[in-house]
Amino acid sequence: MIFWQLFFTFFRIGLFTIGGGYAMIPMIEDEVVRQSWLTHTQLVDFIAVAESTPGPFAVNTATYVGMTTGANAGGSILSGLLGAFLATLGVVLPSFLIILLVAKCFTSFQENRLVKGALYGMHPAVVGLIMAAALSLAKGNLYSSFSFASLSAFFSSFHPLPIVIFLTVLAISFWKKKLHPVKLILLSAVLGILCCGIQDLLLQ
Amino acid sequence: MIPLIQKETVESHSWISDADILDIVAMAEATPGPIAINCATFVGYKVAGFWGSLCATLGVVLPSFTIISILAFFLEPFKTLKVVSYAFVGIRAGVMVLIVQAILKMQKSCERNWINTLILLGAFVCVAFLDLSVILILLVSAACGILYQALCAKRITKREGEK
Repeated sequence: MIFWQLFFTFFRIGLFTIGGGYAMIPMIEDEVVRQSWLTHTQLVDFIAVAESTPGPFAVNTATYVGMTTGANAGGSILSGLLGAFLATLGVVLPSFLIILLVAKCFTSFQENRLVKGALYGMHPAVVGLIMAAALSLAKGNLYSSFSFASLSAFFSSFHPLPIVIFLTVLAISFWKKKLHPVKLILLSAVLGILCCGIQDLLLQ
Repeated sequence: MIPLIQKETVESHSWISDADILDIVAMAEATPGPIAINCATFVGYKVAGFWGSLCATLGVVLPSFTIISILAFFLEPFKTLKVVSYAFVGIRAGVMVLIVQAILKMQKSCERNWINTLILLGAFVCVAFLDLSVILILLVSAACGILYQALCAKRITKREGEK
């Protein structure tokens, strides 16, 4: 049943998201893209939307995936809403239960030696996991599958336009360190329209 | 988000003290789940027990839920417009920059030593090339962290014993 699947998938994601924001991307990539509820491209697009709308990233993603998957499965807005509700409940419930337990039973949970040790090991792992997720998210957007047959085949697997925009925005983000994510997204949107527009003109 | 929580809970309502907010944020980062939800549940519980935590969590989820539910219907049809599809070519590249920024920032907050480097590279290789489950890797690296911290603690007590 798709609705239970939505609930339990997001329950797992909520339970294993350590730290805020982007720490969640590897879990979403692993669980949501594998079940083909979202494609890699849709996930990347949605990260931009979630960055530009208020609210925690985890809740935004759960609601969006629940809504689109539920609506596709049931064919109505009502089934979409049910999917969104169950996915959001799933992602919130582990936090809610664990915090209630911590608030009731432990006075200084984060000082516990086991908790400290586990977090010490998980922090670098999360960085490695996001790096791996970034590599697969870039596939299809910045490059297609690599071919090592020849040098020219290797270079042609990169998509020139997105790579140019990526490098430009990356350079700007290093130059202006405090650029707000929403401004960064707007800037890349403008660059996208400009570059693709010029390409269209040249090809005509 | 944290400055906003501090302003509302400490200054406007004085539900908790300024010193407590640091503890709460540290605790929210140490427990699984989104930090905003963890903070809301904890503050709600401290102020008004179980029902307080329920209301606070519902309150933090509801705006996101409403906005995204409405947006979900417009996003995909919207992308078929030519200008929008061009904009998304740029936006996808921009999101990759955001992810690179997040990686650099998180990597800086980790202590630099052999065990951290090993776990980072190990996690990367296991997912990127071996396609292992993310949950499995998180559990194994948590166990590694606990072992490493225990070894360090043992070494320190041994050294103190020799003195």
